Amino acid sequence: MLRIVLFLLLFSTYVIYSAVVYSKGTENAVSVDRIEAGKINHGKKLYQQYNCTACHQIYGLGGYLGPELTTAQSDPNRGENFMKALLKGGGPRMPNFHFTDDEINAVISYLKYVDATAVTYKKPTPK
Amino acid sequence: MTTEKKLTDSCTSDKAAKAFLVLALSYLLFGLILGVIGGFQYILPPFLKDRLSFQQTRPLHVYLVIAWIFTGAQAVIYYYIPRIANRPLYWQQGIWLHFMLQLAVSLFIITSFFLGYFGGREYLEFPPVLGLFIFLSWIPFAINFFATLKPNYKTAPVYIWSWSTGILFFFITLSESYLWLFDFFRTNVVRDTTIQWKALGSMVGSWNMLVYGTGIYLMEKTSGNANPARSPVAYFFYFLGLTNLMFNWGHHTYIVPAAPWVKTVAYVISMTELLILAHLIIQWRKMMTDAQKYYHRLPYRLLSFADFWIILNLILAITISVPAWNYYTHGTHITVAHAMGATIGINTLLLFASVFYFIQQVRPNAAERRKKMAGIGILITNIALLVFWLSLLGSGFVKISGKLNNEAFYLIMKKSEPWFKVFTYSGVFVLLGISLLIFASLKALLRKKDL
Repeated sequence: MLRIVLFLLLFSTYVIYSAVVYSKGTENAVSVDRIEAGKINHGKKLYQQYNCTACHQIYGLGGYLGPELTTAQSDPNRGENFMKALLKGGGPRMPNFHFTDDEINAVISYLKYVDATAVTYKKPTPK
Repeated sequence: MTTEKKLTDSCTSDKAAKAFLVLALSYLLFGLILGVIGGFQYILPPFLKDRLSFQQTRPLHVYLVIAWIFTGAQAVIYYYIPRIANRPLYWQQGIWLHFMLQLAVSLFIITSFFLGYFGGREYLEFPPVLGLFIFLSWIPFAINFFATLKPNYKTAPVYIWSWSTGILFFFITLSESYLWLFDFFRTNVVRDTTIQWKALGSMVGSWNMLVYGTGIYLMEKTSGNANPARSPVAYFFYFLGLTNLMFNWGHHTYIVPAAPWVKTVAYVISMTELLILAHLIIQWRKMMTDAQKYYHRLPYRLLSFADFWIILNLILAITISVPAWNYYTHGTHITVAHAMGATIGINTLLLFASVFYFIQQVRPNAAERRKKMAGIGILITNIALLVFWLSLLGSGFVKISGKLNNEAFYLIMKKSEPWFKVFTYSGVFVLLGISLLIFASLKALLRKKDL
């Protein structure tokens, strides 16, 4: 009986915990206007549709064949133009997806937005 | 004639369990081949770039290997259930319905990857609608499990708790991982990332519960000692595992700007793994004596190697859960070493222990004849996996050093090349070793009679 009670207790805690995790502390810290939000959504859709996650990571999610993209926008070694060039023509490892200019801008908008949210990512030791 | 033998003859569901095993072993074989192709794409970037790019090989590899783990676990659970309950499966057609659904979903997923249709989510890289079919395919399995066993949780052994938890949490976490389809989650990258880490972290825990349950059941059967499945210590570690399944995923999110208390909870829970580690080390000596005693028994040998990998992987898991170190190890191949140690070293070896136990029960003569081939396979797999695992750590350290020196990505990749070569070539040997286990199993399983 003790085991059943313990399980139910843990499970109830888990349900409450999940609800809190998704509603508190994960609010959108970066505000964008409607037009920009549309571009970000389009960029995210493309990121998923072309399975960029196979090679790239955002917040540690994804493969390692390509570079991490969470802070690619603000990285002095990379930045917007560098990313645009790769999106346009591919690279030794990256396929050329033949993106249109609109699509490239949408992906860049998405990555800019991700970069803006990455406040803890840029700090060495989170508390 | 023993009760078990009588049941073997009378369990019509064994045929279906066998079909599941063959399907699971096929997933594993193709998953490993694609993993090796992916490895070669690291050291030879143009390799198959236009025909089967890494964008396709990685999701194929990931899906097939994951499918091996849960299908393999389901296969052996289908074999164990009637024997534990001492009655035939509740829904005989259900197992075949499950098989057909599972096969159809797999074919759709594989085809979608080859055709370039992706959902683009970590682990669940297939189009989202197929997630619904995966959910549906598990329903007959859950019905058969609960309706056949009718578990009485007041007295149920740990493996019944483990399997029940695995099934329950698979449904919960699979549903949770698709919350991103709602705007509330999709339009907020922090929330969306949190979902992926949280749901997938716990989903991995749910497969582990299925696989560890099979390991504990097998320990009870092969040693004739009920302690691993019914002692207070066994239940303590089950609940500790359950707590980890629910709350320790957060150590993946130290870098995500989510609530700090989530990370603190995750850190504290992750450190409870030290208790598991200490317990395993204390048990190690005793286990080594038993291993020598039962060395000739393939399942026992596989369980012993799996224990070695559990210890190694736990040390790594605890190390990378420390926030100050996690910042550097995250996003490097050190995380991959942890994943490979868990999927190959622990889950695959535990599942093979059950596969060979199954074969010994239903095809004892064939099992005896394949013992040598399987023994060589076990040795090659473990030696190659150790080299593979160490090379992943090596390339992880190169990346950390590159990050600390603010080096460009291409330079880090260049410096990592020797390690990539070692992990690709050792990966070929892992494929060779596991292929021997697969062929030994398939040859025995596909025989019509036990000659």
